[in-house]
Amino acid sequence: MHLGESTRECEYSQISTRSSTPMETPYKKKTQKKRKWETFPGRNKFYCDGRIMMAKQTGVFYLTLVLILVTCGLFFTFDCWFLAEQLTPIIPVIGGVLFLFVIGTLLRTSFSDPGVLPRATPDEAADLERQIDVANGSTGYRPPPRTKEVVINGQTVKLKYCFTCKIFRPPRASHCSLCDNCVERFDHHCPWVGNCVGKRNYRFFYMFILSLSFLTVFIFAFVITHIILNSQRIGFLSALKDSPASVLEVVVCFFSVWSIVGLSGFHTYLISSNQTTNEDIKGSWSSKRSKDNYNPYSYGNIFTNCCAALCGPLPPSLIDRRGFIQSDAPQLAPPTNGIPMYGSTQSQQSHMCDQDQCIQSTKFVLQVATTPLLQQQSSEPVILTPENGASIPGRTSLALGGPCTSLPMGQPTPPASTPSLSCHEATDLLPVHGHPHNHSHPLQEQVAHHHFLTPEEVPSPPGMLHCGSPLGHSHTMQGSFYNPASQDSLHEDSVRGLVKLSSV
Amino acid sequence: MAETHSLQDLRQQAAVAAKVFIQRDYTNGTLCQFQTKFPSELETRIDKQQFEETVRTLNNLYAEAEKLGSQSYIEGCLACLTAYTIFLCMETHYEKVLKKIAKYIQEQNDKVYAPRGLLLTDPIERGLRVIEITIFEDRSLTQ
Repeated sequence: MHLGESTRECEYSQISTRSSTPMETPYKKKTQKKRKWETFPGRNKFYCDGRIMMAKQTGVFYLTLVLILVTCGLFFTFDCWFLAEQLTPIIPVIGGVLFLFVIGTLLRTSFSDPGVLPRATPDEAADLERQIDVANGSTGYRPPPRTKEVVINGQTVKLKYCFTCKIFRPPRASHCSLCDNCVERFDHHCPWVGNCVGKRNYRFFYMFILSLSFLTVFIFAFVITHIILNSQRIGFLSALKDSPASVLEVVVCFFSVWSIVGLSGFHTYLISSNQTTNEDIKGSWSSKRSKDNYNPYSYGNIFTNCCAALCGPLPPSLIDRRGFIQSDAPQLAPPTNGIPMYGSTQSQQSHMCDQDQCIQSTKFVLQVATTPLLQQQSSEPVILTPENGASIPGRTSLALGGPCTSLPMGQPTPPASTPSLSCHEATDLLPVHGHPHNHSHPLQEQVAHHHFLTPEEVPSPPGMLHCGSPLGHSHTMQGSFYNPASQDSLHEDSVRGLVKLSSV
Repeated sequence: MAETHSLQDLRQQAAVAAKVFIQRDYTNGTLCQFQTKFPSELETRIDKQQFEETVRTLNNLYAEAEKLGSQSYIEGCLACLTAYTIFLCMETHYEKVLKKIAKYIQEQNDKVYAPRGLLLTDPIERGLRVIEITIFEDRSLTQ
């Protein structure tokens, strides 16, 4: 009997524990440690749990890899034996070393973070907005283009405001429309390496094209040598028939040599004058613009410029791909001047008590402590998943996600869908390649005339709809809608939950 | 550690009143430097000298991280020769200095800013764009 009672008790207790937490345990498991790369707002692809970062379109990168591997493979298989016997075995050794160096630098360029600037937190964005409004005096229907002037080493440089990332871009930074990120010291977006080339991977890119030019010249020279030596013995046509692979190698190398050696030369010039491809194309520091125009970033002599670019300190990645997402503090601003408040971006709870995380957990405690305050305020808008940067607090317009077809004008973004396969910034001046120029400036002009909106143009006349870009990045626009919620925090939470579900 | 936990207790009694952002100073180019201009919101909380001292020390530390000297050149050349695999074993000079900076900010928070109801956020958490200073309401002081 006792046993029976005890088993009954056990059953009851078991049932009660299960029924009390049917939602909580799966919820906890689902929202358990997510890494930051999983919620990265840009259009990048991540592999190996955030260790590898590439652009969205990687087809051409695989082509590059295949070309290099196939050509070198053919060289080592068919030509090296002959050359090692006839000339010296050092040839395959040097070839091997060059090949490994090329592949190493290519992978390093393609897989590393080019120097992406993380987007502004909602607080920062609100603070900047406030400053800009104060500066502009809130005149007119639309504020003028947002620029800030700074004097760097005697040259006046304009810092432009990025509407997507909600920051004033540092000098030499540019927004890549293909990757949808601001990149520091933006050089260009290279489809051949499948990534942007910026501050952090420029030296790897340069080493790649330099070593590739040596490799190409090396293979070209020795394959020709092979054919010539062979044809001296058995005749030209027989030599060609003997090693048909050599013909293919010669053809590939011949066309590559011109482009790659040319590109290496161009980038050598850029490094020695400490310019980016972007600046060179625009002629930012060209003396043709004005007599006093000079490059404020140059160190004066070629040697220092080269050393700085290639051997200077390697800055760390600012985006912390593999870090875990933690709860953010409630971004509260004093409501005295009518600025509405907005909820936290991430409601991920963190229970880590690491010294670094102590601050984060105190912020969470503050969030809990101050939710009653939220309810006391007048109706405030709720900003949800602002990572996609499409909404700003305090605006009374509705922003709907999803692709939109109401953007008729030609903009920098549409050509992004047809990436040019040219990496030659010097010879091919089409703006198609990589959009190193600032895209917000022409957009601003157009918006001023047509009152149309783009995802980058956040301030809008009331009543107009925000639309996604014409490329239809529906996945980036998911969840970035703006819901003027009531004071009910439960409603806020449920809406947040819906947003999370929709963005999964 | 005990200091930070008492920091937490303080924070539990206080609420976030405002946030101040110290922006970057680009007059020397793309080097990471912050503006030393004293923001008006902090006038009642901390004296100007103390604040400027903090920002100036941070600026010096960042300058040290990005300095082009023989050490950085040797590190760069060595890294190039080893095909950058050397960074799997050791951390870069920049990362070492960033750790120093994190320590300094922690120390400043404990000694100077927390007692005044302020909190400095490490700029690296904000992508080296701003120094975020959180101002807490002075509830603990009134108690």
